Amino acid sequence: MTDAIRATDITVSFGGLVAVNAVTFTVPERSVVSLIGPNGAGKTTFFNVLTGLYKPDSGVVEFQDRDVTGLPPHRIAEAGLARTFQNIRLFGLMTAEENVMVAMHSQLKAGVIATLLRTRVQKREEAQARDRARELLDFVGISHTRDEYARNLSYGDQRRLEVARALALQPKVLLLDEPTAGMNPQESARFVEFIYRLREERDTAVLLIEHDMSVVMRVSERITVLDRGEKIAEGTAEQVRSDTRVIEAYLGTGAAGSAGL
Amino acid sequence: MALLKPTRPGPAIATDRKWALSFAVGVVGIFLGYQFVVPHLPYQVASFVDDWLPLTALNEASVYVILALGLNIVVGYAGLLDLGFVAFWAIGGYVVGWLMSGFFDSARVNILGHPPIGLPNGVHISFWLVLLIAGAFCALWGVIIGWPTLRLKSDYLALVTLGFGEIIPQVFVNGEDINGFNLSNGSKGITPVDGIDLFGKLLGPFDLAFKFLIYAGIAAFVVLLSLRLREGRLGRAWLAIREDELAASMMGVPLRKTKLAAYAVGAFSGGLGGAAFATQVNGVFAERFNFSISIILLAMVVLGGMGNVWGVIIGALVLAWINSTGLVQFGQTFNNAFGTQINFPSYNFLLFGIILILMMLFRREGLIPERRTKLLLREPERGQMTALGAEAELVAAEEAIHTQTDPPSEGKLATQTDDAGMGVDAPQSGDSTEGGRS
Repeated sequence: MTDAIRATDITVSFGGLVAVNAVTFTVPERSVVSLIGPNGAGKTTFFNVLTGLYKPDSGVVEFQDRDVTGLPPHRIAEAGLARTFQNIRLFGLMTAEENVMVAMHSQLKAGVIATLLRTRVQKREEAQARDRARELLDFVGISHTRDEYARNLSYGDQRRLEVARALALQPKVLLLDEPTAGMNPQESARFVEFIYRLREERDTAVLLIEHDMSVVMRVSERITVLDRGEKIAEGTAEQVRSDTRVIEAYLGTGAAGSAGL
Repeated sequence: MALLKPTRPGPAIATDRKWALSFAVGVVGIFLGYQFVVPHLPYQVASFVDDWLPLTALNEASVYVILALGLNIVVGYAGLLDLGFVAFWAIGGYVVGWLMSGFFDSARVNILGHPPIGLPNGVHISFWLVLLIAGAFCALWGVIIGWPTLRLKSDYLALVTLGFGEIIPQVFVNGEDINGFNLSNGSKGITPVDGIDLFGKLLGPFDLAFKFLIYAGIAAFVVLLSLRLREGRLGRAWLAIREDELAASMMGVPLRKTKLAAYAVGAFSGGLGGAAFATQVNGVFAERFNFSISIILLAMVVLGGMGNVWGVIIGALVLAWINSTGLVQFGQTFNNAFGTQINFPSYNFLLFGIILILMMLFRREGLIPERRTKLLLREPERGQMTALGAEAELVAAEEAIHTQTDPPSEGKLATQTDDAGMGVDAPQSGDSTEGGRS
């Protein structure tokens, strides 16, 4: 299996604080891998490096064997790396459908003049984009919200809309930043199935940052543990679960039982 | 419960049609009225109309409409505050000055132009071509100004645009001798400019009703441009940037390029307006392009309702009329009636200031708001409401709606309830209470 993302020796520091220290990390194609660690471990910073928001101080990010280090976010998104946000960032005063269509920006061609003249090509392109947006809303199960402003959707629907929007980029890798935050156990369980569906039906790898250990342990083919910016363990759920460093650094010695491990 | 009524925005096309029709009827009505009716009215009525709503004021107001619509693309759609829009008014005007007059008298160019009889020297190009050139030239300058400045965020961007809005008119004021080259004729300005040819008829300085028709036509074109772009790929990207720049870039929207497009399209419209104005006043005069015009334009956009072209048109008409005619006439009437000597026109900015303050206090979304802005300023977000415990009411409201619009579907209602319940557990923003779960 080839790697969709290969990040080598990534280091990011803010002033004197090293947020991510020499982390090497890969996401194989069509895999589900997770990144876990206590708050402040550098997970989201690492995410932000992958998506081009931060430029790493050193290290290389390759996406499907292409060096994308330091490219602006929209280029990386275009290449097929999509993400959701830890605290939802939808376009609140645009409808659900428009939200999804924004993410198709790089796939559409129509310029100012074609749009002004409503050429046949432009009209067809718009119609196709709209159909695809509806199909995606349907895929995540919120087609009834199509014409609602995103800010008026319920919390759960907003999370789903974020996924639909990310999928509109036709990503090879989907980065989900704490997608089950605020979900109850039943919903988390449904979400696990949804991740499997993603991989089967959309042919995309999933990189997950997640605090809910039951979700992480169930879906991940590989788990990477960060602590204070360093990678302290990597492996299958079994391996990580029994790693003493992980238990000490992340879960604390007494926490293993209550965290559901 | 009124607050909780979920909005179901559909395409705005139906309302746009209605407004477009009113616009067309209004324009044709004004044209026919001034061209054929007013001259035959009794003297007193005609002079009353001429005092309170002269064609010059209408034409000038139309120019303001064109420019405010251009600014609306930058400010209302893309959310980029521009305090120097007058720069494009000036540049558009000078394109007319350069290409439709005898100013460059060492040249002798004539492309479908109408030089004054016996004075063939200078550059004389047809108004319709110059209009396009002015738009394109301004768009180019929009990009030139935007390229270095658009990396700045909100307040800083506003300050830099303010700077450019000052610099460019100053260049024209002092442009009489740039190493021996006369760019602008300094404060003397460039005048007169050639007439406009409309279907074989050459319009002179006094064919105001026909000019009104032309300016209104240009405004209509900018309306069409705004509405169509708004519905398309670029418009969505602009709105997305306005809503959340960072998220937009991560969804594949190139920020710099998309903002530059907003600048270019806005500046293009500004150029059309500037060119129109030069033909209205029969010349370009550097000292007319001062900072206050940028502010008036911005006030027009805010007053009318940011993002809504029809609101912006109304805002521009109202403010332009007050500025050019309303205050003067009201002042005269007032002074005559009470025997006072108050100089009303000098209080125009006081009045604008009061209007803006009142608007901000009582109608922040503008006279005719874009529905989105109205929602933002008037109604709480659903996330906030559920966080405050409005969940039960929301569910009830939603059930009512679903039973109205959809055939009853058990599964759908169940998920709805489910999700709304979850909203309480997890408030959307970090500044509300901690989530109930741990």
